Amino acid sequence: MKRIGVFVCHCGLNIAGSVAVARVVEAIKDYPGVVHAENYIYMCSDPGQDLVRKAIREKSLNGIVMANCSPFLHERTFRNVVASEGLNPYFCEIANIREHCSWPHAYDKEVATKKAIAIIKATVEKVRRNISLTPMVVPLTKRALVIGGGVAGMQAALDIANGGYEVLLVERSPTIGGHATQLSGTFPTLDRPPCLVAPKMAEVANHPNIKLYTYAEIEEVSGYVGNFTVKIKRKPSYIEDEKCDLCGLCLENCPATFPAEFDRGLSQRKALYLSPQAVPQKLVIDPRSCLHFNGDQCRACEEVCPAKAIDFLQQETIVEKKVGAIIVATGYDLFPRERIGEYAEDPDVIDGLQFERILSPSGPTGGEVRRPSDGKVPQEVVFIQCVGSRDPEHGVPYCSRVCCMYTAKQAVLYKRTVPQGQAYIFYMDIRSDAKGYEEFVQRAMEEDQVLYLRGRVSKVFRDGDKIKVWGVDTLSGKSIEISADLVILATAMVPSPGAKELARKLNIIFDQYGFLTEAHPKLRPVETLTSGIYLAGTAQWPRDLPDTVSSASGSASKILSLFSRKELLHEPTIASVDEEVCSGCGYCVSICAYRAIEIDTKRRVARVNEAVCEGCGACAATCPSGAMQHKNFTARQFFEMIDVATGAYV
Amino acid sequence: MQFTSQQAQEIGNPTFAKSVKEISGTTLDRCYQCLTCSLGCPVNFAMDYLPNQIIRMVQLGLKEQVLKSSTIWLCATCETCVARCPNEVDVLRVMDTLREMALREGVKGKETIIPIFHETFLGSIRQWGRQHELSMLLLLKLKTRDIFSDLGLGVKMLLKGKLKLLPPGVKGSKDVKAIFEKTKGEM
Repeated sequence: MKRIGVFVCHCGLNIAGSVAVARVVEAIKDYPGVVHAENYIYMCSDPGQDLVRKAIREKSLNGIVMANCSPFLHERTFRNVVASEGLNPYFCEIANIREHCSWPHAYDKEVATKKAIAIIKATVEKVRRNISLTPMVVPLTKRALVIGGGVAGMQAALDIANGGYEVLLVERSPTIGGHATQLSGTFPTLDRPPCLVAPKMAEVANHPNIKLYTYAEIEEVSGYVGNFTVKIKRKPSYIEDEKCDLCGLCLENCPATFPAEFDRGLSQRKALYLSPQAVPQKLVIDPRSCLHFNGDQCRACEEVCPAKAIDFLQQETIVEKKVGAIIVATGYDLFPRERIGEYAEDPDVIDGLQFERILSPSGPTGGEVRRPSDGKVPQEVVFIQCVGSRDPEHGVPYCSRVCCMYTAKQAVLYKRTVPQGQAYIFYMDIRSDAKGYEEFVQRAMEEDQVLYLRGRVSKVFRDGDKIKVWGVDTLSGKSIEISADLVILATAMVPSPGAKELARKLNIIFDQYGFLTEAHPKLRPVETLTSGIYLAGTAQWPRDLPDTVSSASGSASKILSLFSRKELLHEPTIASVDEEVCSGCGYCVSICAYRAIEIDTKRRVARVNEAVCEGCGACAATCPSGAMQHKNFTARQFFEMIDVATGAYV
Repeated sequence: MQFTSQQAQEIGNPTFAKSVKEISGTTLDRCYQCLTCSLGCPVNFAMDYLPNQIIRMVQLGLKEQVLKSSTIWLCATCETCVARCPNEVDVLRVMDTLREMALREGVKGKETIIPIFHETFLGSIRQWGRQHELSMLLLLKLKTRDIFSDLGLGVKMLLKGKLKLLPPGVKGSKDVKAIFEKTKGEM
């Protein structure tokens, strides 16, 4: 028989303002099983906690109902209090009479008080049948996997590696660095990214704790927090790295060309290529552009290679590794501008990243601003913001967050290269919401004389040598026509291709746009709902560099704190199977979002992998026979609670 | 840049914006169109463009429209806008600059009487060293060809001795003239 104590918190006036706490105590103190009931202004305070401890000692309580705020806030607090008196912490339950009662019924004291009593009585019924539980101990592999080698991935890998743990960094392309290496400068300080990113790339490549897997992808992930098994697919580069000494003869002799991804198609590369400043310095043959792989007999590179490093027969290899935690930093891509009809297909209508390349000293024009069509220095440049972004019509209702700033930055960099030129920016709103950003935009207007035009562009089309831009300035109410030499579209940020497939492999959630979803938008912004998997950078949401780096460091610190433990403790309030009743129908397997249940084919019963189960309860609700039960949330407990809670209203 | 709507034929003129900035010594670029200047303006009801619109039109280089507007002449230079502007845009100096430009370039705008009044007023001071209302009024009436409005009031003031018949004797009238001569080049 449980001896239950009920503690009603006033939460200042949050609860006491609408719930008559004294009446609640009066109503509950003679309820069957309740041997102690009291109220106090702040139960979570030290004196409040002491009241609980004292009552447990003096009245030999072995069931505690804390009537206060949401369990999200103080369940752990009070379970620790209960545990400090030697009771099993799972004998303590929270009756939420704040979020569920006093707040929604703030203007009706009668209703609030009656409901509070019902909630507490129902919780007493639950505690009556709670069983004693102990957290499970799960082993922990102290090695992390970081997926994506952009700024986010590199930062996360470095933070974890510097903490003394091994990191596997998997990058899909032949080099790490990501989009940041393509940029011409950063806002608001106008640093050149090579100065920012290159040292990081080198640090990652040389770090003793980081194992780099470039030109590789994640094939399969299984397991659970602390014990993931990943299969990494290494794509064939068709070049034996140990033999290749980067003499470059093959590059000179390769006859096949392909638009270079790094310059976003503004320059050509060979089928055999090495991105500028690539880390690691390894050549790859791209089978999409290589003649040999497209039905031709070409072996030009193989013939000239003095080191005999070319191997057209190379196959992909799978590496299997055990890791304890995973960071997903798969980054972004740009919205395909062909999907918006207003902007003509024209070599002089380019996207933001292409202009970054044109502005970049390492770009196809060597840092001189020349337009792609005829190499002329553009005298009038029009920037169009929100191309795709904030446009539900084209499936991107969100703001891409970085375009306002990078457009201002590009306009400033353009003006510094072409001082006599004029830059126009069509914008909807200017969103410059971080340190030094607003000042940067103001400086662009004042010092660099960038003309901001508030309005949209209706049409962009070729007119002889010029690109005509028809738009409107809503501040003066005038329609505007600009004869521009170059038009730059700030296209929306969308998730990197393949992010969804990866999310499915990892069993994490993505939103309707394909961005990966965090566990809680405010309180758990770097975790996913699958424990042990964390997010970093723009895979989660459009971000600029500082935000990306902080989210990466946030994820890394989560992993460091995870790895600082000897072993993992897992919540014991999870599903369990009554094997006598289970018929092995498998409904639970199909409903489980965490892949925690499997069917024992021999005995035809479901089996729960206790380390993977997150205790969501979906299986228990689905089970047709009631064999699947959620510990301390059993059907019996729920029905008793419902009876009592609704009894007061019948 | 071109404005394709009917009322604006003028081609965007960056030199106009630049010279307004230089002469007025204030930077218009900071304006983020919060409309604080127009909201507080005591004569906004009579203006054809609100002060914030004038600032925007200067930024866009719509010289002709700006110089022809009534706003630049209706502005009472009360400085409410200047006191309230969050971006320290000196709207008053901008209006002054625009009036100067309109006069210097002989732009005939919507507002004709106010410039004539200013001109006559200053002419009177230049001539007499101090204001002589009666002669100034007569001159203004002739210039604007509007003889009869306020005639009754004028007669009443004359009878009460509020309007002096003879011009005032001012000791430093020569000095005042010298001031006018000196500033002539700048105007």
